[in-house]
Amino acid sequence: MQYLLLIYDNERERMAMSQEELLPMYRGYFTLRNDLEAAGKYVGGNPLEATETATTVRVRNGKRTVTDGPFAETKEQLGGYFLVEAKDLDDAIDIAARIPGATFGSIEVRPIRPLAKLPD
Amino acid sequence: MEFQEQYEAIWREERARVLATLIHLLGSFELAEEAVQEAFATALTNWPMSGVPQNPRAWLVSTGRNKAIDGLRRRVVEQRRADEASRGGGWVAAGEAVAPEQHARLEAEEETVADDRLRLIFTCCHPALAEEAQVALTLRTLGGLTTDAIARAYLKPLATVAQRLVRAQAKIRDAKIPYEVPRREQLTERLDAVLLVLYLIFNEGYGASPSEPERQKLCAEAIRLARLLLELLPAESEVHGLLALMLLQDARRGARFTAEGDLVLLEQQDREAWDAAAIEEGSRLAAEALRAGVGVYGLQAAIAAVHDHARQAGETDWTQIVGLYDVLLRLQPSPVVELNYAVAVAMERGAAAGLALIEALRGLDDYVPYWAAKGQMLLWSGQVDAAGVAYSRAQELALAAGDSAQERFFRQRLAQSVSSRPPAG
Repeated sequence: MQYLLLIYDNERERMAMSQEELLPMYRGYFTLRNDLEAAGKYVGGNPLEATETATTVRVRNGKRTVTDGPFAETKEQLGGYFLVEAKDLDDAIDIAARIPGATFGSIEVRPIRPLAKLPD
Repeated sequence: MEFQEQYEAIWREERARVLATLIHLLGSFELAEEAVQEAFATALTNWPMSGVPQNPRAWLVSTGRNKAIDGLRRRVVEQRRADEASRGGGWVAAGEAVAPEQHARLEAEEETVADDRLRLIFTCCHPALAEEAQVALTLRTLGGLTTDAIARAYLKPLATVAQRLVRAQAKIRDAKIPYEVPRREQLTERLDAVLLVLYLIFNEGYGASPSEPERQKLCAEAIRLARLLLELLPAESEVHGLLALMLLQDARRGARFTAEGDLVLLEQQDREAWDAAAIEEGSRLAAEALRAGVGVYGLQAAIAAVHDHARQAGETDWTQIVGLYDVLLRLQPSPVVELNYAVAVAMERGAAAGLALIEALRGLDDYVPYWAAKGQMLLWSGQVDAAGVAYSRAQELALAAGDSAQERFFRQRLAQSVSSRPPAG
């Protein structure tokens, strides 16, 4: 079963971190990704650019509105994600607890809902 | 024994275990609950004629399982047209087509003799479920309480509790919370969650007044569940400690309220009305708990035991209680434990020593026992006006919480503190 692990943290605080603080974190991500791949649990994952680069799109009555943002108004923002194959929720929680961001931000664990095949 | 009695005894003793096994076999809470109901309903019609089987549990499991398989076959036929979603195995929804491998599992699995109740406890008390959902699910599946009985005990609308249970079961299935006893390295942490759920159930009952008999029954239910947990995990010292704590507190049940439903303070309770057998058993369990390891429940049980062993309030061994709170504070520092420590210090060394500790406490402004203790100590140190302020704050908080027994109690205290004012001039 697949789980999406959404990594939330305070983006301003993270960006203010020094190189010495960031380096072990990057290493942690690198090791985790390698371990997950070796265990056949890695499906995908990426860090995201800052919320300043975000764009919101809505379509109402066929009309498209595109706006800048959302910005970092809430305390924590989505900063990256992993998509993993896990045995069950406990397995997914174990993986989430190894994400370096979990030590200063939080990880939201969401099961992927399998889609039924559409009729041809 | 009358058949009805025998049947009810089997229901009480076997229902949770049959349910736990059926959840394991069927991979679904919903299917298993239906199957248990059907199995007991079938027993009720068959057994008066055929006699109660040699092994009622095995009979109930296999009857429940067969009923569920019949039901599933019907559903599979009905749903054959629909292309089945690949759910990755594990939990299935009640109305859903069942994957072929699950059929195989149902057919192949022998009547399992393993006790699945421990898996059931850990799944119901999984930290990924909301605390109130853990409580409701535990009472429903392990305690065998109906949704209606849970709603009445918690003074919540039936629909709220029902929805909570449905949502919890859906999360167990959809997020795939495992039906397993946690691995050794997770066991302590996960067991803490289980112990907390049982203690929350107990406290809900302990906080109830005699006018709320449904809520009071939760104490007995919590004790029953703690006994079950101890039977399943006999080596865990904190399980001993929790059961001991519950027994030692519940032993005072008969003396905690007046006939009018007013609260009676520990020091004013009629100690003859305490349950000697419960105190004896609780003390033995508390001693066993602390021998195996120092834990927060074991320590609280030991404190309760010291209280319960004093034949009069004046004979309470406060030095020992101060010592136990001191250890508890180091293990689990919290303002509430500090407050209890301060009260014990006041009893041992005098009101001034206790008051100094209490006045240094922060973060308890909305906690009724804080104002009650502060009022008492101020009164003892002759600061009548300040005591009156503390008691009226306690009364306000009890009123806001809708706790009428406590509210009356503090109103009386307030009146007494005013009347104990030294005459002017």
